[in-house]
Amino acid sequence: MSDTHAASVPYVRESMLPQVEPPSTAKGPVKWVHQSLFSSIPYTILTLVALYVIFVILSGFLPWLLGGVWNTGNIRECREVLDGGQGGCFSVLTERWNQLLFGIAYPQDGYWRPTLAFILLFVAAAPVLFGSVPRQLLIVTVLYPFLAFWLIWGGSILVPLAALLSFVIGYVVYSRLVKSSFAGGLFGGIAVGVVVWFVAGLITSNLTDVLALEEVASRNMGGFMLNMILGVICVSLSLPLGIVLALGRQSNLPIIRLICVVFIEFIRGVPLITLLFVANVVLAYFLPPGTNFDLILRVIIMITMFASAYIAEVIRGGLAALPRGQYEAADSLGLDYAQAMRLIILPQALKISIPGIVNVAVGLFKDTTLVSIISMFDLVGMIRGPILASTDWNGVYWELWGFAALLFFVVCYGISQYSQWLERQLQTDHH
Amino acid sequence: MTTMSDPQQGSFRLSMLLNDTRYRSYTFQFIALLLLIALMAFLGINLVRNLAEAGLNISYSFLYVPAGYDINQTLIDYNSQSTNLRAAVVGILNTLLVAFLACITATVLGVIAGVARLSKNWLVSKMMSVYVEIFRNIPVLIWILMIYTLMTAVLPAPNAFRGDNATSSMLFDAFAFTNRGIYIPAPVWGPGSMIVVATFVLSIISAVAYRRYAVSLLFRTGKLLPTGWPTLAILLVPTILVFFLMGSPVGLDYPALKGFNFRGGLQIGAPLIALWLALSVYTGAFIAENVRAGIQAVSKGQTEAAASLGLRPKRIMNLVVLPQALRVIIPPLISQYLNITKNSSLAIAVGYADITATLGGITLNQTGRAIECVLLLMLFYLTISLSISAIMNVYNNSVSLKER
Repeated sequence: MSDTHAASVPYVRESMLPQVEPPSTAKGPVKWVHQSLFSSIPYTILTLVALYVIFVILSGFLPWLLGGVWNTGNIRECREVLDGGQGGCFSVLTERWNQLLFGIAYPQDGYWRPTLAFILLFVAAAPVLFGSVPRQLLIVTVLYPFLAFWLIWGGSILVPLAALLSFVIGYVVYSRLVKSSFAGGLFGGIAVGVVVWFVAGLITSNLTDVLALEEVASRNMGGFMLNMILGVICVSLSLPLGIVLALGRQSNLPIIRLICVVFIEFIRGVPLITLLFVANVVLAYFLPPGTNFDLILRVIIMITMFASAYIAEVIRGGLAALPRGQYEAADSLGLDYAQAMRLIILPQALKISIPGIVNVAVGLFKDTTLVSIISMFDLVGMIRGPILASTDWNGVYWELWGFAALLFFVVCYGISQYSQWLERQLQTDHH
Repeated sequence: MTTMSDPQQGSFRLSMLLNDTRYRSYTFQFIALLLLIALMAFLGINLVRNLAEAGLNISYSFLYVPAGYDINQTLIDYNSQSTNLRAAVVGILNTLLVAFLACITATVLGVIAGVARLSKNWLVSKMMSVYVEIFRNIPVLIWILMIYTLMTAVLPAPNAFRGDNATSSMLFDAFAFTNRGIYIPAPVWGPGSMIVVATFVLSIISAVAYRRYAVSLLFRTGKLLPTGWPTLAILLVPTILVFFLMGSPVGLDYPALKGFNFRGGLQIGAPLIALWLALSVYTGAFIAENVRAGIQAVSKGQTEAAASLGLRPKRIMNLVVLPQALRVIIPPLISQYLNITKNSSLAIAVGYADITATLGGITLNQTGRAIECVLLLMLFYLTISLSISAIMNVYNNSVSLKER
């Protein structure tokens, strides 16, 4: 090879050069910094601006956070301790910790009850959320609603036990009858359950002090606990309701479809705050005279209706995304409507809708702060009302709002991260 | 041999209503209808009984009696002697105002954040992810209250601008940021100003026409006309010429400190600013995600194909990527606009007089007409929502891929 060019070029290399390391600017961190931060003049300017913004934010935020005061009784003491220096009065959080979490009126010696219910929530949710958790824990999930009710609201344990009993008996009846017909099983189960509940209610109404905790009225719930109660109850209730509405909207029975469409579009067309107004001032007109519902119960009904309309739309998307062949395959196997939905359609449709459902759940949890507008003392209501209005802490804004924002951020960010993880887990196609 | 036997044409028996799939659907619908009627009757009878017991009736005459309360920020003439109906109209206009402003700023913010999140600049894209995650995961009510606190508790009072040793000063002598709101110069429309406005509108129309002509010329003949500078010239030159020919009819009224407060200029109240900013940054985070998803939905092959046809990067963006991305972005964008309109009802938390605060708040409390007020309130929001969804359906049909 080399002698072919020997006449035309002055020098031809005859041996291979040894491989050398890339220059230090083209590898490792230097290359990364160059490529991702300073690759061109506009990018460099952008990076410098971004660095400046970060510097400004941190130089305001860090001294406030690190120089904070954590143990004073009121804002004047806190300002004395700070002595003109930069720093937050975080002592409002330590001093009003219980109010922020449980509200004003929850009995002081009963704080362990909602705390325990909160911890058990994780145990109960674990087997539902994570497939690797032992299935035996599902028994906790089944018992949890009754246990949590007893813990938070108090009263005799017989009341939730009666409810549990009626559910169990209703389920037994359902599983016996469902083999012949789904509708028979469902309605039979519900009917037997209601009868058992009614009978058991008659018996337990006389035994009010069996294993009784101090009873707490719903209006005494407050703080972040109220947000959690509303969020958890309304999401879990709106899921089945949303499935029913979605199926109704997709059904080919015109009257049922019309009812569902009107309901869903009406609820989605109005802001939640108007529904809360309905719960607050209007709903009482539509109930039999003399009925005295808790405000919290009315709010739960309204938020559940609100969330179920949104969940129904998400699930309808999932149902519509299933290929037509799935429906036809179910039909050709000779399954009836209930079987096809339970065994073929819904498992797939729900899987597709998980991200959407989680979005609705996160949005709903954030929306529980709206109850502060109809003067319920949830976390936001507590901060705006009793805490900022008190002479002790009037003027400590950022510590309180920052704390509220942090709590909601942790929960909502956690849920959305979980949903992304679950999406990856459920992916059955090969990407 | 295939013989199809018709289903037995037996006489109709009552049990077929439950067992025969042909008739069962009628049974179910009939039951559903009965249940619905029963529910309605139950609610209606209760309503009548409750109203009779309280000595009330359903009547909308309260709309025509004087409202008896003042509203700070109004777009039309209003005083406390105006009727409740006028207060409601003020509220509707205020709702539409804040929704309109927030839609614009949220779109700008969202598009910038969404595009910047896809930037190759690591720092910028990470900063935008942090922005999106922080603002999406904290309730909008907390944002509204936080920004309201910022407006009322951190900004200086008007008297801080006064005297020789004033602690605050106005920006460019034109903008004053006080805890009572932000004061900006207000335009004063002198005689002949309408001609300037008309000229400007005409220039907008002709600029659009010019761009259309440039595109059609490009498609017909392949000739490329410059669009950037000519558009700017068409937009500005005639308006500025007419402005000076007419003797500068449009002036500015600057706010100035008089007595205890600023006079003149345009006051934008703290509640409006809080609501506007909070809705913008909150919804902007959602729009950023929509924009990012839309751009990512355009497959890389499209960009590469356009590049291999010899298009330059800017034309690839304008002619290939954006038209496809917009089809994905616009439907969720419109539903975000809907969300802004619905979330603007949180105005009541900071005392901005939108429809929820006037009709659903003060009017409701003063007249006690809960059912009528809430009904009208829902009707208003329903009208807005349904008309926006109607627009969205028209758009979706016009851009949906025509298959088969």
